Amino acid sequence: MSAGSVTAEPSVAAAPPGDTGPGLRRYGTGALFLLPAFVLLGVWIVYPAVYTIVRSFYGRSGFGDFVGIDNYKTLFTTSTLTTAIKNNLIWVAVVPAFATAIGLIFAVLTERVSWSVAFKTVVFLPMAISAFATGVTWRIMYVQDPNLGAVNAVGRVVADAVNPPGVLTDALPSSPGLTGTAQTGMVLKTPLHLGSVAPIGLTGIAPDQVPSGAKQAVLPPSRPGRIVGVVWRDFKPGGGVPGKVEPGELGLPGVTVQLRNSENKVVKTAAAAADGTIDFGAIAPGTYTAGISAATFARPWPGFAWLGTKLITPALLIAYIWIWCGFSMVVIAAGLSAMPRDVLEAARTDGATEWQVFRRVTVPLLAPVLSVVFITMIINVLKVFDLVITLAPGSSQNAASVIALAMWRTSFGGINDFGVGSAIAVFLFLLVIPVLALNVRRFRREV
Amino acid sequence: MRSRSALKAAVVLTAIPLAVLAATSIGSSATKARQAQSAVSGSITFDGIWTGQEAKSFQQVIDAFNKVYPKVKVSYKPVGDNLPTVVSTAVAGGHPPDMADIAQPGFVKQLVDKGALKPITYARSTFVANFSPAWIALGTINKKLYGLVFKASNKSTVWYNVKAFKDAGVSGPKTWPQFLHTATTIKASGVPPYSIGGADGWTLTDLFENIYLRQAGPAKYAALTAHKIKWTDTSVTQALHAMALVVGVSGNMAGGTSGAVQTDFPTSVNNVFQNPPKGAIVLEGDFVPGVATVKAKAGTDYNEFPFPSIGGSPASALIGGDTIVAFKDTPAIEAFVKFLGTASAAQTWASRGGFATGNKRMPASVYPDATTRKTASAIAAAKYVAFDMSDQQPASFGATVGQGEWGLFQDFLRNPSNVTGIQKKLESSATAAYKKGK
Repeated sequence: MSAGSVTAEPSVAAAPPGDTGPGLRRYGTGALFLLPAFVLLGVWIVYPAVYTIVRSFYGRSGFGDFVGIDNYKTLFTTSTLTTAIKNNLIWVAVVPAFATAIGLIFAVLTERVSWSVAFKTVVFLPMAISAFATGVTWRIMYVQDPNLGAVNAVGRVVADAVNPPGVLTDALPSSPGLTGTAQTGMVLKTPLHLGSVAPIGLTGIAPDQVPSGAKQAVLPPSRPGRIVGVVWRDFKPGGGVPGKVEPGELGLPGVTVQLRNSENKVVKTAAAAADGTIDFGAIAPGTYTAGISAATFARPWPGFAWLGTKLITPALLIAYIWIWCGFSMVVIAAGLSAMPRDVLEAARTDGATEWQVFRRVTVPLLAPVLSVVFITMIINVLKVFDLVITLAPGSSQNAASVIALAMWRTSFGGINDFGVGSAIAVFLFLLVIPVLALNVRRFRREV
Repeated sequence: MRSRSALKAAVVLTAIPLAVLAATSIGSSATKARQAQSAVSGSITFDGIWTGQEAKSFQQVIDAFNKVYPKVKVSYKPVGDNLPTVVSTAVAGGHPPDMADIAQPGFVKQLVDKGALKPITYARSTFVANFSPAWIALGTINKKLYGLVFKASNKSTVWYNVKAFKDAGVSGPKTWPQFLHTATTIKASGVPPYSIGGADGWTLTDLFENIYLRQAGPAKYAALTAHKIKWTDTSVTQALHAMALVVGVSGNMAGGTSGAVQTDFPTSVNNVFQNPPKGAIVLEGDFVPGVATVKAKAGTDYNEFPFPSIGGSPASALIGGDTIVAFKDTPAIEAFVKFLGTASAAQTWASRGGFATGNKRMPASVYPDATTRKTASAIAAAKYVAFDMSDQQPASFGATVGQGEWGLFQDFLRNPSNVTGIQKKLESSATAAYKKGK
């Protein structure tokens, strides 16, 4: 079913020289030379193609089970398969256009720089890597955790500069004294008055996340005319008693506690000492609440889920364009170097700006080359398989599926339904045919 | 399509020498069948999935057998993972091997249904002396003994980071409530309790099966495996609710829910085996340490406890394993089958590592290290023993990436509140798969 090898057909068909003279012998010699090609084509192209088409009308169990066009109905009614078709349309709409455009830009720009060979080599290099290896590499780069995935690591640098993470990124209120969550901030339930002591216990803090310099937490004694308290990691091995400062539990130095009045306005803040104690100093009598704002718990940017079901197709498209824009750049650059320079010079002499030269002269003259790149890309994209199967994790493969992958999964990936698998293959073949015809016609014209 | 015909050719090529071997074995054994048991002779062809190191270990077992029966020649052929294809083609061609070991219980049943296998009733007394009834039940199909699970792996182990457990002050829980409480304590200590490899659907089905075996019991487990009860059954509802206690809270998992869905199995292991850990517990089989790529030492960095008992369930083991079956009936084969059921056969391989057996007569001290000793002896002691359920189901339901059980359990991980919806989808997917499988 390889569409690439089907393109070989016209050149073979054009080979027999019919006009060089009559005589059986001449035809006999010609036929003899053609025989190997016909045998190879027959065995590797025609027979499997016909077999696949016939097989697509039979059910899972084999040729005893004629089902008519049921397999094709399945193809258009099964959600995993329609997703694959839809995704392929997205691929065709996006990849050829972007790959050609980016290739064109690179090709035109590299003409102007002195180190263009180095640049072209770098851009072309992905072509030298197998799509399988590319898929594995990008899968690692796309990992969501910014500590692991290169793409999200770049994102974190930007995101954390805008929204700096808090002192404590992972913390839970220790029941029962506090309400709220790390996202909303936490507030001590009991109202405070002068002379109160506020115990603010937090859990869910890993030992290596406790701020440095932390010491054994101390519950300060009540002080008349003041509100004091303690912020500490309310956890010791085994759990301990929630809400009680116990030996082995550390203070959380640097955590800022807000004191709010009855109108819920922050009147004072205090930072915890090494043993976790806080002292709001002298304040007016009244009813207060103490709590920690959400900013303290602000998590670092979590990263985009590139490999999740929502972003997997864009992630694949980016990786695929990365592979192929080198190819389009090289082909377009070749076309560019073959272009008559005097036309460009003439346009410039006539006062055209660089943009006008590019838009009105370069692009129209390059049109044949651009269409080659574009059509090649459409064929490539329709057949895309290896990148998808290696880059998309199993849990996202339904969302990322394309026709070729759906064919493989249906035929060999466990379902082992060669009937539907063949129907998908035939459908893919039908999709490729118009593009091939276009390509063949163009070849003819050029010859 | 192309590769299929190539495969056929390859199968035919391998089948020819097999046929020759089979023919010679029949000829030689038939003449000597009436000789005394001690002087049994003949030859056996044996197709196995074990290759490389495992094939070498099995050769040692054969050598040990030859010390007792020097006149029986066993020719082991390491076929590898394609064994079902090779054996079913050989059976269809009328020249099966004399014996084989098979990893897929579903395939064993298929061979029995085709009438390709010979019962090994003669070995029953040997097995009864060495194995618990649950293990003999694994080899019994249509009320006759056809197979022996010779080499098994324990899928009911829970691996944890020793430092995370020490920091949290917890130790291996025995029961389900203790297990959940342990997780809560670990969470309070600041480490996400579970590392879930949700990008690989089978890790989720293994977790479900472990819960289901303990909660619903072996009879229901077998019924659900054969799709004799529906996936909409209340026992499944209960098991899914229990499973949601583990995978239902985003904060309980390394990377949260969205991270867990994208974590593949090796990463989920590394999350737990590294220091500082990204998660404290990973629920998978005895093969977990072999998957870790971070440096970690058994006992000091990581350790293991058996999957906890649920609702007072007795010691249970979910296993994977290779079943020995016989296609013919000769004194030589009888002798070898019986021998494989003895403690000394198990001992020969167990001492070399990478092996666990349900043979309760084999002393646990034979296993090469403490961790293996614990995980391996647990399966011999278990009262409930069940094969991995998804390995026994039609592949389109139980073993296809992103589809059937694997895909639906991933959906469940994404949205654990929708128990009823998942059950309905599981049921309709199972119905389609079991209908097609026939």
